[in-house]
Amino acid sequence: MSTLEIKDLHVSVKTEDGPKEILKGVTLTIKDGETHAIMGPNGSGKSTLAYSVAGHPKYDVTSGSVTLDGQDVLAMSVDERARAGLFLAMQYPVEVPGVSVSNFLRTAKTAVDGEAPKLRTWVKDVNKALQDLNLDPTFGQRSVNEGFSGGEKKRHEIAQLELLNPKIAVLDETDSGLDIDALKVVSEGVNRFRSQEGKGVLLITHYTRILRYITPDRVHVFVDGKIADQGGPELADALEAEGYDKYLNKAPA
Amino acid sequence: MTVTDAARESVESMLEANPTRSHLNPPPSYDLADHPLPTGREEIWRFTPLKRLRGILDGEASAAHLTWETSLPEGVTLTEITAEQAVELGELAPNDRPSALAVARAGGALLLDIPAEAEPDAPVWLKLHGESVDDLVWGQLVIRFGRFSKATVVLEHTGSARYSATTTVVVGDGANANVLSLQDWDDDAVHLGRDAIRVGRDASVRHTAITFGGDVVRLNANVEYDGPGGEAELLGLYFADEGQHLEHRLFADHNQPRTKSHVVYKGALQGQGAHTVWIGNVLIRKIAEGIETYEENRNLVLTDGCHADSVPNLEIETGEIEGAGHASATGRFDDEQLFYLRSRGVSEAESRRLVVHGFFNDLIRKVGVASLEEKLMATVEEELAKNVLKDVTG
Repeated sequence: MSTLEIKDLHVSVKTEDGPKEILKGVTLTIKDGETHAIMGPNGSGKSTLAYSVAGHPKYDVTSGSVTLDGQDVLAMSVDERARAGLFLAMQYPVEVPGVSVSNFLRTAKTAVDGEAPKLRTWVKDVNKALQDLNLDPTFGQRSVNEGFSGGEKKRHEIAQLELLNPKIAVLDETDSGLDIDALKVVSEGVNRFRSQEGKGVLLITHYTRILRYITPDRVHVFVDGKIADQGGPELADALEAEGYDKYLNKAPA
Repeated sequence: MTVTDAARESVESMLEANPTRSHLNPPPSYDLADHPLPTGREEIWRFTPLKRLRGILDGEASAAHLTWETSLPEGVTLTEITAEQAVELGELAPNDRPSALAVARAGGALLLDIPAEAEPDAPVWLKLHGESVDDLVWGQLVIRFGRFSKATVVLEHTGSARYSATTTVVVGDGANANVLSLQDWDDDAVHLGRDAIRVGRDASVRHTAITFGGDVVRLNANVEYDGPGGEAELLGLYFADEGQHLEHRLFADHNQPRTKSHVVYKGALQGQGAHTVWIGNVLIRKIAEGIETYEENRNLVLTDGCHADSVPNLEIETGEIEGAGHASATGRFDDEQLFYLRSRGVSEAESRRLVVHGFFNDLIRKVGVASLEEKLMATVEEELAKNVLKDVTG
């Protein structure tokens, strides 16, 4: 079982004019086996939520709580959060020159599991994960994210998701910049992950397109750092038809 | 108009009479009078802590030697020659005071000779060891790669000394030379070195300087060409700890057309007072049409209190070239890289280790001495253990 509980989360970033509040009280619970979609216009704080949960140093949590199965996530370092079972698929994965994908994957797997994976099964698992995401077998020898196409970066994120197999996956606009074939491949990966027992997914997206392939249990609409609306998958369909205008017009000037 | 033309002619005739006109690089000469004791204000000395050279530049005579342990593949010879013979072999004249002193005081040179068309299957390995920093040692070496030979020469420096050496690498036409100089000195050593390379027609050379140890290490790697079509790759890796001064000075003199130079030096610094200097001088002479040059220096600053100087200089006398470029960057750990790795569960210390490994990895793979790769990575690892991995909290 795994439950991610976010309560009244307030988050600021430092700016030249002092701290600026981005998240203004977000409450959200992802229960065992649920997939939640967070949608919203640009600048509504979707990515800030993802990075705050993962512990990026740029974001200051000023109040509220985040717990994973009752454990205080905010008290953990970035790597402790990952080892506790959180995974963030990033919108802009970072290049690490000179570090090969295979070395990186093995190092991460060893860190997350607390022991080195068994060599024989590991090689098989890596090859399968790469193959499932339409990544070339020589991919493992390339430097992490260096010279990757936009699609390769996203597929590499999902390959990591499958190999590291966390409790909760936060996907930050994994669909952006993907063509329809790549979107299907990535969605299949996410669906393989969440078909396992007790896995939670927090799927952040600007577009409804990916929700045709990954059906969410709940949809939350983010506007100005708060949840403005929530509902079932049908809410995504309404957004598809109407866009965010009605929420934006409602927001105080 | 007439006046202008006359002026131009006189400049051209001066150029011919005085081949190294470059203001960044004093003309080479064996005459000590041409290399007076520096004050520290000279362009070529302004980064070097002269007091810490422990009097080497005074140029006292000394009979002290380093001990040489050599591994010579079949056909390769190491013999004593006179200073005159070194000149006849094509030695490049000294271009600073320590290299001029080394020739004047060494009392003869050594010749490492790789015969024409030889392709030894093992590297030539020269292990030079010093017993004490009290020993002042002068060295003069000529490495000759015969026509169409292909070989690797490794010079490994360990122990301690005050060592000043002049080395010339003469690369015969069509030869393929790989020379690596490893400075793994004890903490108190002082090493002033000049490696000068003469690249034959259609020959290629890779020169690598790797510097970990020593109190002050100041190395020149100079390249010039004997004919068109020569290629030089100059690589370097250094890791400066607390109080160390590591200085690498490059000079690619494109004195022949259609020649290439490619320079990549990477360094890491840690600890109070760690200081590195990288000077990358490139001169493209009027005759050097169709050349290609690129130089790059990157420094990774691992802790507070370090200082990295990085100065690329490009002097161009002809625009008729294929390409000329340089890049220099000095920075700290990239927070986004560390965040990315840590978000995958990798601890902060391990993430830093990975990033530094990655930083040096490409370069170490390029060195082309398989038996050294692992040792170099292990040394980088030891260096990291001193500081970066130890100091991590949280």
